[in-house]
Amino acid sequence: MTEAKKYVWDGAIPLQIHLHESEVTTLPPPPPALILAPRIGYLPLLVSYIKPHFSSTLPPGVDTIWFEYKGLPLKWYIPTGVLFDLLCAEPERPWNLTVHFRGYPSNILLPCEGEDSVKWSFINSLKEAAYLINGNCKNVMNMSQPDQVELWRSIVNGNLEAYLQVSSKLKLETIEDEYTAKVNSSSMKSRQTTGETDVAGQVKAGRIPVRLYVWTVSEDFDDLDDAPQIDNWDKVSYINRPVEFHKAEGKCFSLNDAVKGLLPEFFPRSSVINEESLRAESQDQQEIPSEDKSSNRSAENGKENSCDHVASCDLSESAEIKLVRIQGIEPKLEIPFTWVVNNLMNPEYFLHICLCVKVPRGSTL
Amino acid sequence: MATKEAIEDLFSWDGTLSSSDFYLAACAFAKKWKIYNPTVPQWLWLPCSKNDWVSSHMVDGYLSMENMFFLSSSEEEHVEGSKTRKEPESSEKEEPFDHATLVQNDFHEVHHYDFHIVYSASYRVPVLYFRAYHNDGQPLMFHEIEKDLPAQSAKILLESKWTFITQEEHPYLNRPWYKLHPCGTK
Repeated sequence: MTEAKKYVWDGAIPLQIHLHESEVTTLPPPPPALILAPRIGYLPLLVSYIKPHFSSTLPPGVDTIWFEYKGLPLKWYIPTGVLFDLLCAEPERPWNLTVHFRGYPSNILLPCEGEDSVKWSFINSLKEAAYLINGNCKNVMNMSQPDQVELWRSIVNGNLEAYLQVSSKLKLETIEDEYTAKVNSSSMKSRQTTGETDVAGQVKAGRIPVRLYVWTVSEDFDDLDDAPQIDNWDKVSYINRPVEFHKAEGKCFSLNDAVKGLLPEFFPRSSVINEESLRAESQDQQEIPSEDKSSNRSAENGKENSCDHVASCDLSESAEIKLVRIQGIEPKLEIPFTWVVNNLMNPEYFLHICLCVKVPRGSTL
Repeated sequence: MATKEAIEDLFSWDGTLSSSDFYLAACAFAKKWKIYNPTVPQWLWLPCSKNDWVSSHMVDGYLSMENMFFLSSSEEEHVEGSKTRKEPESSEKEEPFDHATLVQNDFHEVHHYDFHIVYSASYRVPVLYFRAYHNDGQPLMFHEIEKDLPAQSAKILLESKWTFITQEEHPYLNRPWYKLHPCGTK
């Protein structure tokens, strides 16, 4: 267990939750509810604490609970800490949220049937991560019922030790920490790969589960207070693409490499697009069969290429990472990516990265 | 289905494919569909319009077939006849009851389905997303969709409520759609 992991699990956001005025039927209106929300938790898991606070003032009807920040309905399946990092450029403490018990915006938010929905969303993400890491999700699928319950309880209760115990059975190899491996002598390597794996020193090219939330700005800002507010989910690009991790001799794969590799449109000629993948790509292009369909395809390609080209000319000069935030911290971009993953990932084995990119006018969403 | 070669290709592989393979297979599939099913709605490749800058150098987009009709059987409707909406989907709760729809249920009612096939970069397979609605545009309740499923799928659905068909965010449209989980795709 690393110290950073402990910090992540102990991390919490002070929330001040107001009941939406349309649902207040008593005078005076109920005071806001104050609660510490775990970063790795999910908003619907707070309902049992919040509901008693407001239940006496609610109008008659059936409860379908959802949260909102400055008019934006909050997606319940995004961990609370990620929502905070993404939507509060300048961290607001306490974070003022509005809770609704009526009028679920089902056109925007996935339906939530309480804790069960959250649990299964978590397990489905865990499955996806397991598939990315191991190439199959057998270990998650075959988890015993008690283990599954235990795993979920550990998340709900924020119990890191219990979590580590159960999750170790999933045999989801964490990647070797490049940085520490280099600093320490090679004999230390096996210890760095954590107790539950026995892949001492052997590193294979892997795919790392990453969920990237990108928002773009066209105006520069020096103060985070001046950063434009995200008032619509369409302004956030959610990129669910794994980071392809190739270990190159003598080169440290940094957070910068990982982020830019996920956004080749912004950072086309970054060092991370290693020659191998470039070669693979150009092969791809050549292999287009020259039969009937190909005219269609090459037209498509032509269009994309020219778009890409224009875009890369514009963007490569001025696309600029304004802000990277992971678990509430803004790590330096040079930091080894392996360290970031091993220490800052969420319990479903996904690393959630919030990213603000400044792009030239006209290229924003 | 129609693209036998593509499927054989898939099996000689490990069942996964790259996004550009997906694009090629999708186009081939759409072409064959047109030959064998000229009278029903067609599959179209929709280039990614998520946002200009995120459309990657990879072929980005998805395969779409919209407005497929499905004639719901009135017999089945009668079996479940006394419908008291026993599955209160949160999504519909606040919407006014559409009585017209309820009345129509006793007849052959047309259900409209939109299907999107989207490439999953995680599982490296195509994933089916869909939505369903009545003639008047009102979305179908999930229990109504259930009745449109083949018997085998309906059975799996009973056994695995959370891992077969669930509502998920459409990767390009950012809105809740139904998703057939990759493990349930055969």
